[in-house]
Amino acid sequence: MALLLEQLLNGLQLGVMLFLLAAGLTLVFGIMGVINLAQGSLYMVGAFAGAALAARTGSATLSLLGGIAAAAAVGMAMELAVLRRLYRRGHLDQVLATFGMILFLNQAMTMLAGRQPLFVAVPPALEGAVEIIPGVPYPVYRLAIIAVGILVAAGLWLLIQRTRLGMLVRAGATNREMVRALGVDIRLLYTLVFGLGALLAGLAGVMAGPVFSVQVGMGEQILITTFVVVVIGGIGSVRGAFAGAMLVGLVDTLLRAFLPDLLRGAIGGPDADALAGGLASMGIYLLMAIVLLVRPRGLFPAHA
Amino acid sequence: MREHPARERAALLLLLAAAALLPFLATALGSPATVPLASRIVIYGIAAASLNLILGHGGLVSFGHAAFYGLGGYTVGILYAHLAPGDPFLGLIPGSNQLAVTLPAALLVGGLGAAAIGALSLRTSGVQFIMITLAFAQMLYFLFASLSAYGGDDGLSVRRPNLLGPLNLRDPATMYWVALGALALWLAFQRRLVRSRFGRVLEGIRQNEARVVASGIRPYPYKLAAFVIAGMGAALAGALMVNAMRFVSPDMLHWTKSGELMVMVILGGIGTLLGPVLGALALVVLETGLTALTENWQVVLGPILVVVVLFSQGGLAALFRRRPASDAPGAAGGRLPRLLSWRRRHG
Repeated sequence: MALLLEQLLNGLQLGVMLFLLAAGLTLVFGIMGVINLAQGSLYMVGAFAGAALAARTGSATLSLLGGIAAAAAVGMAMELAVLRRLYRRGHLDQVLATFGMILFLNQAMTMLAGRQPLFVAVPPALEGAVEIIPGVPYPVYRLAIIAVGILVAAGLWLLIQRTRLGMLVRAGATNREMVRALGVDIRLLYTLVFGLGALLAGLAGVMAGPVFSVQVGMGEQILITTFVVVVIGGIGSVRGAFAGAMLVGLVDTLLRAFLPDLLRGAIGGPDADALAGGLASMGIYLLMAIVLLVRPRGLFPAHA
Repeated sequence: MREHPARERAALLLLLAAAALLPFLATALGSPATVPLASRIVIYGIAAASLNLILGHGGLVSFGHAAFYGLGGYTVGILYAHLAPGDPFLGLIPGSNQLAVTLPAALLVGGLGAAAIGALSLRTSGVQFIMITLAFAQMLYFLFASLSAYGGDDGLSVRRPNLLGPLNLRDPATMYWVALGALALWLAFQRRLVRSRFGRVLEGIRQNEARVVASGIRPYPYKLAAFVIAGMGAALAGALMVNAMRFVSPDMLHWTKSGELMVMVILGGIGTLLGPVLGALALVVLETGLTALTENWQVVLGPILVVVVLFSQGGLAALFRRRPASDAPGAAGGRLPRLLSWRRRHG
């Protein structure tokens, strides 16, 4: 029971991280029609910038701000230099150009920071654990991640549903041509939305620092999971991204936690662990395949 | 579509003959390392050409082609692993190291895999199709990475290449000729296929699926058949690659491999016969050349890729073809976007 609760919280934590990445990805796709494979690289940039600042200054606040700023800056530069030219192109060009950017950013980061994984200390204010129910301690830092994630989700909801910018975003996702025809500066809107997505990816990266190790390649690992989230939720829908992120976070975490025991009971031996690891990794892809087969446009299609 | 099929065929045969002379040239120039490199290019050429069938001719952007490449490779690896101990695979299928057995087996496995994945994936289109093919390939990647009986993450080495009659595949030149022969056969097959009624329908689906439907043809069986054939081509390449490298690992199924295959197709020229092979040549040579210059070669390759995509005029193959009198006036980005005008922004 205690283990289940702990794993549920872990799943929730993975879920909000995925949501931060998926929100940017789905907005960019919904509004600009661009598949950005390099979203994972922005996450990596945020993580590295945050880790470097934390190591130099020792300040968690500076690390957070710096990481977010670095990711947003790299993201906007990417938009201005490359992605802007891809809006009218097909998916194939977008996939390939952003694939090229991943190669570049990964290698550039290797040159800057080396191949050794960096480890980031948990900020002193968030050290230790609290007992969520008596006898079940849980790290404060992870609870903080969940809280930040939920706050950001709420903020994003307010931004999209209640502000003028959000109205344009929703309008853009529904009918881009019409928004343009009504005289909205669509290029500015695109850059802003892209910057916002990059910022959220950077935030996820900085927060991931103390939980996962910061290394080159961390971006792709989470990127593909993020795609699963976006596709399950329905491409272009922020609500769908939230639902998909929670679903994928929970399914992935629970499978990893409980599948080895189940398999060990069934087939036994050391092979069970390896196989369980593989099957657990496959779980979310299976989930996505099932969702797509039942609802080809995802759970909350944006262009319904 | 092309004006001189006979002349084209003669040019192709000439090119093939020239390529067959490469091992002699390598010996004469005293650079024997070129031959295994050329084998890799030729084998990647097969994989990229097979992807081109669905990507270029069918308009299906599959981001999981490495799955079939890896399936072919693992077929050879697993059959070899069961040969020495003598215990049959799953208690049914005896191991083998005869290329005449392993190659058809690889084609069969690749084809079955593609039939299963294709049957499900082709229910979607656009971005969802890209993502679901990616997801299936990743599933297979994790599956093979977790099979500790076959080396798991570390992969499986195939100590001796398969046997093929009197030929010794350990000899790099022989391996190269076998691979080149396979490439020639595959290209000849694909050339016929593209020109057949089947190929025309596929082309029609790429250009305008609604019209194909309106003319009374169900696109799904055509797309699925193309997907399966492409999967078999990739499996053929994978099986040959494992023989050439004497090693198979989950890296063969990794999503970056699917990306590389797509890059080869685009770099060389999408929807052309030789383009993917040229692309394979360009990418492998670029990779080898840049690695010799700097270990951080991807820093150079990445931007090259971006520039090619943004400004390419139909890939390397376009350099060898006489240009039409004028490209579409004012088309931003030139020939490539026009060649690919089927693409719509929404999936």
